[in-house]
Amino acid sequence: MNVVLDAHELACERDDRWLFDSLELHLRDGDIVRIEGANGSGKTSLLKLLTGQLVPDAGRIEWHGQPLARAREAFRRSLLFIGHEPGVAAALTAQENLAWSAAMAGVGVSAAAIDDALAGVGLTGFEDVAANQLSAGQRRRIALARLDLVPRPLWILDEPFTAIDRHGVAWLEQRVLSHGEQGGAVIMTTHHTFQANDRVDSLILGATA
Amino acid sequence: MSSREMPVATPTRLGWAHVCLAQLRRELALARRRGGDWLNPLLFLALVVVLFPLGISPQPARLADVAPGLLWVAALLAMLLSLDALFRTDHADGTLEQMLLAPQPLPLLCLTKVVVHWLLTGVPLALCAPWLGVLLSLPAGAAPVLIGSLLLGSATLSLIGAIGAALTVGLPRGGILLSLLILPLYIPVLIFGAGAVQTALAGGSAAPAMALLGAMLALAVAGAPFAIAGALRISVNG
Repeated sequence: MNVVLDAHELACERDDRWLFDSLELHLRDGDIVRIEGANGSGKTSLLKLLTGQLVPDAGRIEWHGQPLARAREAFRRSLLFIGHEPGVAAALTAQENLAWSAAMAGVGVSAAAIDDALAGVGLTGFEDVAANQLSAGQRRRIALARLDLVPRPLWILDEPFTAIDRHGVAWLEQRVLSHGEQGGAVIMTTHHTFQANDRVDSLILGATA
Repeated sequence: MSSREMPVATPTRLGWAHVCLAQLRRELALARRRGGDWLNPLLFLALVVVLFPLGISPQPARLADVAPGLLWVAALLAMLLSLDALFRTDHADGTLEQMLLAPQPLPLLCLTKVVVHWLLTGVPLALCAPWLGVLLSLPAGAAPVLIGSLLLGSATLSLIGAIGAALTVGLPRGGILLSLLILPLYIPVLIFGAGAVQTALAGGSAAPAMALLGAMLALAVAGAPFAIAGALRISVNG
């Protein structure tokens, strides 16, 4: 088992408002979970809780049975997170951005491996172009190239389908499904409906239980 | 749920030195792209030094008297002005979030960032100050102490300032708050920094003041990276 992530009785409060409470989530290898909900229903907050960036107001999160705070190092070595802001520096080139991302993940990669990953997201020829000269979609593709570059079992993606074109959406959908098939796990917030929807579990926030 | 094991290719795991090097390379590349930004603190220092004799008096004796303090205050303010931007773009584009979630020691990454900031502001300021001192009739004999005290002092200023920058990075207009937060902490550095130069000018030994500056730097190097890391965690997820 690579991924054993459990949330028990999780609750989140923002500005004196309970976004959700008694949330149970059990994630194992091969699971693909889509978090849905209206704007402001706490999707991003939930991802921040699950990545250990926020401390839950109630409940607990465990990685392989250990509290997240205690297993932080091991958890982060298994995690690939792409946030709402994808972490691509506008002044740097795609190549430089990814070299830094890989180093931060603690993974040694060659320039050729980065070029391959960029080719995978359709950015051949843009390796040495500064990100601020690329479109929003292309910038997001730079971030998505990490999925290939940094092998991690657990992906947590915040709105990964924003700004990318139809081609990119199909590619990403396929990439997420194949990650699940290879035994990885994915949690993402999105309003996108998958073609192979039966493979994807949905978690709906803000629905009255 | 599937029982299939994921074929995790174990790529070469990088040591801390490599990670710091990558961070260093990134910061330097960013500075290169920003172009002349690193000249701004120098320009500020030069403007103050050029305007001051016009406002006070062009008498060499009088200027030489205030030169050490003036150069130090101007250098300190120049550092302060450059600090606000330290984490701002990283916060806006999500880079900071990636740093916080990286399985790397955050204090070390912060320290690398601060070192680059010091290299691009403190070091040029320290090296240019004696030349600008000439405009204030500062005797050439004071130059080594001026450079030395500014090198040691500005490193401490960068480290302390980064704590303030980290605390205010999430605020829309953190500039003023940043100044209020860290100015009190800058005062000891200013007193001993300017004091070292003044003592050297008066013919005394600058060693005690320099030793104190060194001690403050040692303390800042040991403590500030952890404070910066803690402050970043608070600001980004506040």
